[in-house]
Amino acid sequence: MHHTTLLQVNELSRFYGPLQAVKNISFEVRQGEVLGFLGPNGAGKTTTMQMLTGNLAPSQGRIMVAGHDLFENPRAAKAAIGYLPEQPPVYRDLTVDEYLDYCAALNRIVRGKRRAARDAAKDKCSLNEVGRRLIGNLSKGFQQRVGIAQAIIHLPPVIILDEPTAGLDPIQIREIRHLVRELGKEHSVILSTHILTEVQTVCSHVQIINKGELVLNVSSDDLAQRMQSSVLTLRFRNMPDLSVIEKIAGVKNVESADDGSLRVYHEPSSDPTEALVTRSVEQHWGLAALIPQRASLEDIFLELTKGDVSQTGAAATHGDVRTPQDAENGGQP
Amino acid sequence: MIFTIARHELRRLFLSPLAWIILAVVEFILAWMFLQHIESFLTIQSQLLGMSGEYGITEVVVSPLFGNTAFVLLLVVPLISMRLVTEERRNKTLPLLFSAPLSMTEIVLGKYLGLYAFLLILLLLITLMPLSLLAGGGLDFGLLASGLLGLALLTGGFAAVGLFMSTLTQHQTVAAVSTFGTLLIFWLLDWARSGTGAGALAYLSLLNHTEPFLKGLFDTRDVVYHLLFIGTFLALSVRRLDMDRLGG
Repeated sequence: MHHTTLLQVNELSRFYGPLQAVKNISFEVRQGEVLGFLGPNGAGKTTTMQMLTGNLAPSQGRIMVAGHDLFENPRAAKAAIGYLPEQPPVYRDLTVDEYLDYCAALNRIVRGKRRAARDAAKDKCSLNEVGRRLIGNLSKGFQQRVGIAQAIIHLPPVIILDEPTAGLDPIQIREIRHLVRELGKEHSVILSTHILTEVQTVCSHVQIINKGELVLNVSSDDLAQRMQSSVLTLRFRNMPDLSVIEKIAGVKNVESADDGSLRVYHEPSSDPTEALVTRSVEQHWGLAALIPQRASLEDIFLELTKGDVSQTGAAATHGDVRTPQDAENGGQP
Repeated sequence: MIFTIARHELRRLFLSPLAWIILAVVEFILAWMFLQHIESFLTIQSQLLGMSGEYGITEVVVSPLFGNTAFVLLLVVPLISMRLVTEERRNKTLPLLFSAPLSMTEIVLGKYLGLYAFLLILLLLITLMPLSLLAGGGLDFGLLASGLLGLALLTGGFAAVGLFMSTLTQHQTVAAVSTFGTLLIFWLLDWARSGTGAGALAYLSLLNHTEPFLKGLFDTRDVVYHLLFIGTFLALSVRRLDMDRLGG
């Protein structure tokens, strides 16, 4: 299960003048992981990715890529990284084949193997039919795929994709996600996005970054567990007293919503559904609706990025999310 | 690796109409001047015959032609060099180079050599004109070679300044104008005749270190001057691109 660590980031910070865009971020990525990097616009996702790929020098911190220090041995470290920036770095006046050949050469693939590398990359990104077309004439989705092909042409252990699905249509998005999942089997992939469903469908690990700080760092399974829980929406024809419901075993908190329904918060471990139904039948509350609700990633995301906890019951439920799970990752501010 | 980038740059230059048009226009202008020089040579030919010493067609035609070439290049190089880095910045393609396993020096040298190769092609085409005179007579090859070397060094300096200016900005016109301005100033530095430091200023002039070559005078000090000039601006370009990563 625990494969080799391919990317290790220690106490990474970046200042733009007095503004600290990235604050003491530490994390690591192992082989075969797809790490989703989530955050609102301006949270520091792109800055972090630029630092990981050597496009931006960090103010502090250390980055190890596949065992090579990015600053002491940049050539070896960069050879182990494939990077797709927010805007694919393509030359519009070249054909796809010419461009990929150039990328292969830049990444020091020996001459005899360039053709094979190019064909393999084109194959993975379904670019076979457009090899001889000018990149400038291709649609945005194809250009994005050319960008990805460029990032994987030298089969780097670490692939970093900055918003790979931005600006694409739904079909293209699905294709790219599929591609990312495929890539995640052999390489480790980091992708940034502000689309939450993307993380749920593609990633094995999730990090949420807000205002330069890492506020959540968990595996997708843990995240799913967090999202399971803990809220029931109930509607009764004869509304009982709230205090009665609060006394039922397992119920943490009850509040009535504007539309006349009740929101019942409970511990994930003790589900009061059965007790509630029994009570309702016994005391003729006239249960009309009972909907278990999953806290969506949106909830967690909004709550973490608002930085304002424990105002609402929902926040209280997930208040513990703030603590990053993996103690071994350490270095949280 | 440097040559990979150089080849790529050269190739992309020829993908744009700009390179072809510049080749055509420069060739046309210089052909016109070449014909004028030939004509003046024909009118004074009889007098030259009467003069003692070796004063022939190479002095009357080739040297002035190379002098003209130098000036035309001063106008033209900024137009070719302006897109070197500015365009990559604009199109956000620099990350491709920055995240590839390359050093900044390799990137800069690659771009520089790509541009320089283009300019050498231009020089070669221009040199074909005087070479055509071989059909009807002889040439002073020593003088020709010296003039060509001078032009090649001068062009190298132009290209280095152009590359540096294009690393400074996102706008091609800004790069072109500042390259042109810088080159013109270096060209005109020898106008400084009086006042303190005039000698030093004049010594820095590009013109003063190129004219001897055109007259057939090969001086290693001039060669060194040009190499230092080129080296300085290339080093500045490397620094400037490094600033891109450190900056903010």
